[in-house]
Amino acid sequence: MALERSDVEKIAHLARLGLTEAEVPQTTDTLNNILGLIDAMQAVDTTGIEPLAHPLEATQRLRADMVTETNQREAYQAIAPAVESGLYLVPKVIE
Amino acid sequence: MSMHELTLRQIASGLANKDFSATELTQSLLARIQAVDPQLNSFITVTEELALSQAKSADERRAAGENGALLGAPIAHKDLFCTRNVLTSCASKILSGFKAPYDATVVEKLAAAGTVTLGKLNMDEFAMGSANESSHFGPVKNPWDLTRVPGGSSGGSAAAVAARLIPAATGTDTGGSIRQPAALTNLTGLKPTYGRVSRWGMIAYASSLDQGGPLARNAEDCALLLQAMAGFDPKDSTSVDQPLDDYLAALSQPLAGLRIGLPREYFGAGLDARIGEKVLGVVEELKKLGATVKEISLPNMQHAIPAYYVIAPAEASSNLSRFDGVRFGYRCENPVNLEDLYKRSRGEGFGTEVKRRIMVGTYALSAGYYDAYYIKAQQIRRLIKNDFVAAFNEVDLIIGPTTPNLAWKIGEKNADPVSAYLEDIYTITANLAGIPGLSMPAGFVDGLPVGVQLLAPYFQEARLLNVAHQYQQVTEWHTQAPTGF
Repeated sequence: MALERSDVEKIAHLARLGLTEAEVPQTTDTLNNILGLIDAMQAVDTTGIEPLAHPLEATQRLRADMVTETNQREAYQAIAPAVESGLYLVPKVIE
Repeated sequence: MSMHELTLRQIASGLANKDFSATELTQSLLARIQAVDPQLNSFITVTEELALSQAKSADERRAAGENGALLGAPIAHKDLFCTRNVLTSCASKILSGFKAPYDATVVEKLAAAGTVTLGKLNMDEFAMGSANESSHFGPVKNPWDLTRVPGGSSGGSAAAVAARLIPAATGTDTGGSIRQPAALTNLTGLKPTYGRVSRWGMIAYASSLDQGGPLARNAEDCALLLQAMAGFDPKDSTSVDQPLDDYLAALSQPLAGLRIGLPREYFGAGLDARIGEKVLGVVEELKKLGATVKEISLPNMQHAIPAYYVIAPAEASSNLSRFDGVRFGYRCENPVNLEDLYKRSRGEGFGTEVKRRIMVGTYALSAGYYDAYYIKAQQIRRLIKNDFVAAFNEVDLIIGPTTPNLAWKIGEKNADPVSAYLEDIYTITANLAGIPGLSMPAGFVDGLPVGVQLLAPYFQEARLLNVAHQYQQVTEWHTQAPTGF
């Protein structure tokens, strides 16, 4: 099943990626080529095979519930595009 | 021998014998980078001030009686390892102006061992690529032929070490990004077992596949670097808590009785026959050193690329959601609302290949497609792992080509990204299975380097380095330098 222009626009929206008008047709073609490559998977018989999420089958380690980090807000906000009074600034969300 | 021609091991001797100081060596290499790198574009940032201060401190530590193997050793980091107060760009516009607020564990460990950081190295944007052509800072040239790619994604690391700008560098390998550029530039490069080297502070591409490792001119130098880079790190939740081997001591083990497997799938259609011959030449040499050889099968290898191009983009689409123009990096001009801010910052900040992979991943994870793509790919991943587990019941080591082709011309594969994806056919399986792999020089075809890949069971990095070192004791391929460098 080939992706159409509207599918690509929907995927771009889900990924919050702004594509220019000029980028859409080429992106559609390329994504269809890549999906063509990926679809070769469907011919593989994987009946009863447990999916492998972690090569060593490790599970998440737990740690003691203790404070280990110090507050570094100033250092982290020094590299932000826009901050004020310790807050990150974005365009108004609620009218 | 000029200072820039020295290996890490030779530098350690030179420093210990007071032939030169770390400061003299650093000044000499900084001058060489400035003079030579414009031909290659291998550095994104040269950290002159940091390097000179680290060199001074290394000289002081040595004067006070310390004598570590890496004390005063000059290196550089792939530009996805966070370095405190230094631009860490991932070769992307979206990290414009991002001076990391902390050091990656790898950076911290190597600095503690006394290495001197000369700079940050060019790469494919977010490590997505096999040619180092997707960098926001422009393509890197292969010092063996400046019209050809150095491989990727650790292409800057490979070009800088191959051109003798630095003796060794860090890299990362998600689908072959250390081994493939090492092969195309006549270096030795090691991808350790998943979890062996901390990923903390290493900007993520595909978290279940990414692994950091060294690129150097021989196996001995890779052993020196790995010893300092590897080890358990509580800050990385997938770091493995298992003791390190003594990689340097393991180098001298004799190879008598080593059982080598040649997977028939690695020598089939698609492989440049001249590369196949070089690989068999390496096998003959190892037989002389006492190894035995048998043919084996890894029947699911052909499914690795499709599975990889689901798993890696899926994980990337999730990992790269953090680049949103709010907390750091690039933000678009005059956003009209929050959605516009996200979409334009990301649309303008990411390059074409990164956007492609984010979209493939977003699609594969979207409602209704998850089982058909992501789960299916993870099932294939297990089949690939099972192939290796079965093979390693019969043999100690697997040998094959690192790449199907020689380094290609810059721009040659740009029109069809899928054709470039196929270049990773021999390397991707090690990432999916999580096993360690090493590429080392195996000779030349048409004046271009050929790499041979060695694969070993989990946590047997010492074995890989040992076999590569023993081979390098009886051959000269790895000592060849590109003309003009």
